[in-house]
Amino acid sequence: MAAVHAKKNAPSRELLEKIFRTAYRIRVFETEGIKLYRQGLIRGYFHPYLGQEGIATGVCAALKEGDYIASTHRGHGHCIAWGADVKRMVAELLQKETGYCRGYGGSMHIADIRAGNLGANGIVGAGTPLGVGAALAAQIRGSDAVTVTFTTDGASNNGTFLESLNLAAIWNLNFILVIENNQYAVSTRIEESTRETDLYKRGLSIGVESHQIDGNDPLAVYHLTIEAADKCRAGKGPILIEAKTFRHMGHHVNDPGKYMPEDRLAYYKARDPIDRARNALVEISGAEKSEIDAIESEIAAEFEEAVGFAKNSREVTAEEFRQFAAAY
Amino acid sequence: MREIMYREALREALDEEMQRDPNVFVIGEGIAERGGSYKVTEGLLAKYGPKRIRDTPIAEAGMIGVGVGAAIAGARPIVEILYVDFAMLGMDMIVNQAAKFRLMTGGEGRVPFVLRTQGGAGGGVAAQHSQSLEALFYHIPGLKVVMPSVPADAKGLLKYALRQDDPVMFLEHKHLYMTKGPVPGGEHIVEFGKADIKRAGKDVTIIAWSNMIPRSLEAAESLAAEGIEAEVVDPRTLVPLDEETILTSVAKTHRVVIVQEAVRRGGVASDIASIIQEKAFYELDAPIEIVAGLNVPIPFNLELEKASVPQKSDIIAAVKRSLYVPSYAMAAE
Ligand SMILES: Cc1ncc(C[n+]2csc(CCOP(=O)(O)OP(=O)(O)O)c2C)c(N)n1
Ligand SMILES: [Mg+2]
Repeated sequence: MAAVHAKKNAPSRELLEKIFRTAYRIRVFETEGIKLYRQGLIRGYFHPYLGQEGIATGVCAALKEGDYIASTHRGHGHCIAWGADVKRMVAELLQKETGYCRGYGGSMHIADIRAGNLGANGIVGAGTPLGVGAALAAQIRGSDAVTVTFTTDGASNNGTFLESLNLAAIWNLNFILVIENNQYAVSTRIEESTRETDLYKRGLSIGVESHQIDGNDPLAVYHLTIEAADKCRAGKGPILIEAKTFRHMGHHVNDPGKYMPEDRLAYYKARDPIDRARNALVEISGAEKSEIDAIESEIAAEFEEAVGFAKNSREVTAEEFRQFAAAY
Repeated sequence: MREIMYREALREALDEEMQRDPNVFVIGEGIAERGGSYKVTEGLLAKYGPKRIRDTPIAEAGMIGVGVGAAIAGARPIVEILYVDFAMLGMDMIVNQAAKFRLMTGGEGRVPFVLRTQGGAGGGVAAQHSQSLEALFYHIPGLKVVMPSVPADAKGLLKYALRQDDPVMFLEHKHLYMTKGPVPGGEHIVEFGKADIKRAGKDVTIIAWSNMIPRSLEAAESLAAEGIEAEVVDPRTLVPLDEETILTSVAKTHRVVIVQEAVRRGGVASDIASIIQEKAFYELDAPIEIVAGLNVPIPFNLELEKASVPQKSDIIAAVKRSLYVPSYAMAAE
């Protein structure tokens, strides 16, 4: 593993607050979203990002306008960290016309293509070639935009992983592949699906600079991504980052996750990314408890407002949909 | 006869065939300890062990390919793919390898490979988890295409699939797993290419498969209340297709409605319609009606999802058009 020395000297209050806000916003979105799901207001699949917030938060804080991201089936966190409007996200989950995809996409397909978010994906592994494609388009345009694909331990055993990362490598693309290694694919432990559980080594084997990092440390993820993006823009891409993490619950809302060992869960909960983001804000920049409380209630209120917005929005009618379908 | 669920019928078939033939084995994602997403393989790990009930990583192209390879080498693999949508990742292995091998080897090589998967819309799982893709496989010579609609057929067809020597696309429907029906215990085999009349009737022939069978039967019940007796024909296997049973029914009713959940364009219904008009043109008293999905990916919104796939009311309307019931007779519009 090539060593990258994170610039740990005094991150600004602005940065620390941004990181905490994002991580907390994701936490609220998922926690409250699950409640809406349980009330029957959301249908289909809902894969919570609880426990993994540090990764999307740290990575997206390091990117710039004009960059791209591509996501997974567990995509709410990436979307929020990328700056999505929570109102339109909730509206999408509630299948409303005001949602990011007019209610046609849902949780597994939220995208904001105008903002460079290629979207969540229902097909495990599909985001990697799509992200490499966005990086290729940027190269052809002569842009220095960087594309990050968030992918998973599960997807790293899929052919799309090797095929597309290798393309990114031979073409020196501005591409960062972030493997969110939460060590499970549904109930399958990573040890059951690969002999080499250090997934960053996959990149090394095809000449891609590769790193492993604690994905529950948003600040560390941020610093590493800043360096990775700089290297890409200097023509030294692609770069692979394996971020180790763990889900706080089952694979989706209806999976009790009984197969997840309690001690492992406790270990990761003790390294909760939200707590770490909050602590960093308090310890490094001396934020007061009252300030933290104010941020937290502001974000909770924002979610409440989003629910109200979504509930008051209308759905696309069957007639309108038929008109849309006529283009097919 | 005892009634069991579709998924239990499938499990029973697997169990009986694994017992009978040590060459039968199953691979798939989460099928072993977890028993599969639809609980079809539940309990089989304990009975047959990890050698014959194996979990795989998320590697559809690889697992379909190794299934095909194992079949060529004389084993009887069943590869379970969670959603038919994901079988698309293994299309080379299905289309260029499994389907071609018998011909390419001058008829010497056989591929007794079964791909079990499920499709269909319902429940808001959106565009990449809702498709009905039988037409893709139907189009490829060399593949058998099986679409059971009731538990008894699920059991009998799966047992038959494991005793014949060609690659089989065994397409279940996500809404059928929990449905119940009478299923014979023990040796119950349904050969391929034998349609089943799910409901007898004299006025119109409804041809449907998979989840469109229960929907067509509901429509038929409502029509019966209005004095229209529909015959509901379930081909059960699209390849091979039992043309004889279909044509016999057409000769009896002279009117045909074909119902498929899949999108209309390039669908199996269109092909069946062309077979009927070619072989039974003079039997027809009305244009053949096709009730099919809209030519569009399935949207997440539940109302729009419903608008995208055939509903009972669509089937009833098509039947009435074919019978020239006034106010429905708009087929030529
Ligand atoms: C190609 C494909 N195969 C299988 C699935 C079904 N599936 C959805 S999520 C999942 C497990 C994913 O595990 P991982 O990739 O590690 O991501 P995580 O859920 O842990 O974030 C599976 C098997 C799918 N969506 N796409
Ligand atoms: Mg995982």
